Amino acid sequence: MSEPILRTRGLTKRFGGLVATDALEFDVLRGEVHAVIGPNGAGKTTLVNVLIGEIPPDGGEIEFDGRDITRLPSYQRALLGLSRSYQITSIFPEFTALENVALAAQAHDGHSFGFWRPAALEEGLGRSAIAALAEVGLADRQGRLAAQLAHGERRQLEIAMALVSRPKVLLLDEPMAGMGRRESEEMVKLLGSLKGRYTMLLVEHDMDAVFALADRITVLVYGRPIASGSPAEIRESADVRKAYLGDRYAAR
Amino acid sequence: MTWFPEPIPLRSRRVIAVATIFGCLALVPVVAGAIDQPFYVTLAARILIFALAASGLNLVLGYGGLVSFGHALYVGLGAYVVGMLSAHGVTSGWVHLGASIALCGLVAYLTGLICLRTSGIGFIMITLAFAQMFFFLFVSLKQYGGDDGLQIAQRSDFGALLSIESNTGLYYFSLALLVLTLYLSWRFVHARFGRVLRGAKSNVRRMRVLGFPVLRYQAVAYAISGCICGIAGLLLANLTKFTSPAYMFWTVSGDLIVMVMLGGIATVVGPLIGAIVFVILETVLAAYTQHWMLILGPIIVLIALLAKRGLYGFLLR
Repeated sequence: MSEPILRTRGLTKRFGGLVATDALEFDVLRGEVHAVIGPNGAGKTTLVNVLIGEIPPDGGEIEFDGRDITRLPSYQRALLGLSRSYQITSIFPEFTALENVALAAQAHDGHSFGFWRPAALEEGLGRSAIAALAEVGLADRQGRLAAQLAHGERRQLEIAMALVSRPKVLLLDEPMAGMGRRESEEMVKLLGSLKGRYTMLLVEHDMDAVFALADRITVLVYGRPIASGSPAEIRESADVRKAYLGDRYAAR
Repeated sequence: MTWFPEPIPLRSRRVIAVATIFGCLALVPVVAGAIDQPFYVTLAARILIFALAASGLNLVLGYGGLVSFGHALYVGLGAYVVGMLSAHGVTSGWVHLGASIALCGLVAYLTGLICLRTSGIGFIMITLAFAQMFFFLFVSLKQYGGDDGLQIAQRSDFGALLSIESNTGLYYFSLALLVLTLYLSWRFVHARFGRVLRGAKSNVRRMRVLGFPVLRYQAVAYAISGCICGIAGLLLANLTKFTSPAYMFWTVSGDLIVMVMLGGIATVVGPLIGAIVFVILETVLAAYTQHWMLILGPIIVLIALLAKRGLYGFLLR
């Protein structure tokens, strides 16, 4: 729980005149759940996109597990052990739940220049996929097309796809987005069960979830951290309350 | 070892439909001989050859979601390999086959690496542009006939056992290659490689973030698809004993896309069904009027509207 596994130095991303990430110094420690909160447009999703390599930064560096990954394409970052989930569910709707996760497992299991043997019969892929589905509570949905899953189930599937490769860091972009109260509670329970086994960067609007899960919270406003600390510290910070939280999450 | 890469009951409509089609195809030369209409063998060989090219295109167009508007290029290259090698006295069919596969694979891989950096309309235009560049290159090669094309004195020599000197020999040779290609395609789309290709069609961004170097796989798929079209070109040159830049003209690329859509995109036998219907309609309608596209056009529109997965999907509905 001591040294950082993911760290940014002076990370900057601009969209035209808008600074989405502003010379950000940020780290995620091995084993922790580090939540990033902030109002809409604070640059949270941009941060995840830049960390995973979907958007190139305009400046600064990203270090992951002792390596500079600033210039690596996203697939290489994934192979090094960075994995993400999307705010807007990003799955393969015409594949079954099992195939979705098996495909994710396949990415980390050697090359895919296999032209003969049916992928569906590969026991290794199937076994890890079934285990990941069971972990997120979708064991009884494996044969169902992803397009036919309920919204909450698709969110769970998304987590299973991120999990199956046993990543070193999970970047979770609003895993509770668009969920009802009960589904959210289920997701918090699921993420809670992963806590301790996975290092997570959690971007989330649902403050109950954030305070339930996070070891550390960073508050981002206009691409800059205005506060960083334990949930208790963040709750008590006057700045944060003024900028974002409101009274509801004031120290109780 | 299982022969079917996906579980299909032997007595399903799919198996019966496919067995019927291939049964009929196998009988074409026999029936044509019995009713003394050798023209039907030539026509059916033409169908098989375009079916082969369309199924090559289907790998990238159907399973990969990559709308290539330049696949006639590889048909033309395969045909010119036969024409040019024969002009220099090389008549071995195996050399022709190896050379057209190697050339088409190489050209498709290299142009693919460039084309695949674009997507959507950009991809359509750049694949078309490459094909047209080669079209004009061959038009300008006067020593190989230029615009007029190149006569081929003698068909490729595959040895006495596999002789394609007669139209019937060429027909069965083409049928065997088509069956082999379709079976390998069927395996391919269910294997790891096919999953990557279909995944990239569905959600390319997700594939990269999962850890797939997508471009590498798509370029290899593009090369394989070019090789298959090259083999079709080799057969076409042998059927007509002729090769010409017209084989790689953009309208041929368009015909191939229509065959794939008509028969059933992203299905293994769809391109074959598309080629059967397309070539027959083209031949029949052209006998009545030179404006046959006026009639074929609406038929294609109707099928596109009525059957989502083409005629094959309609058949299995």
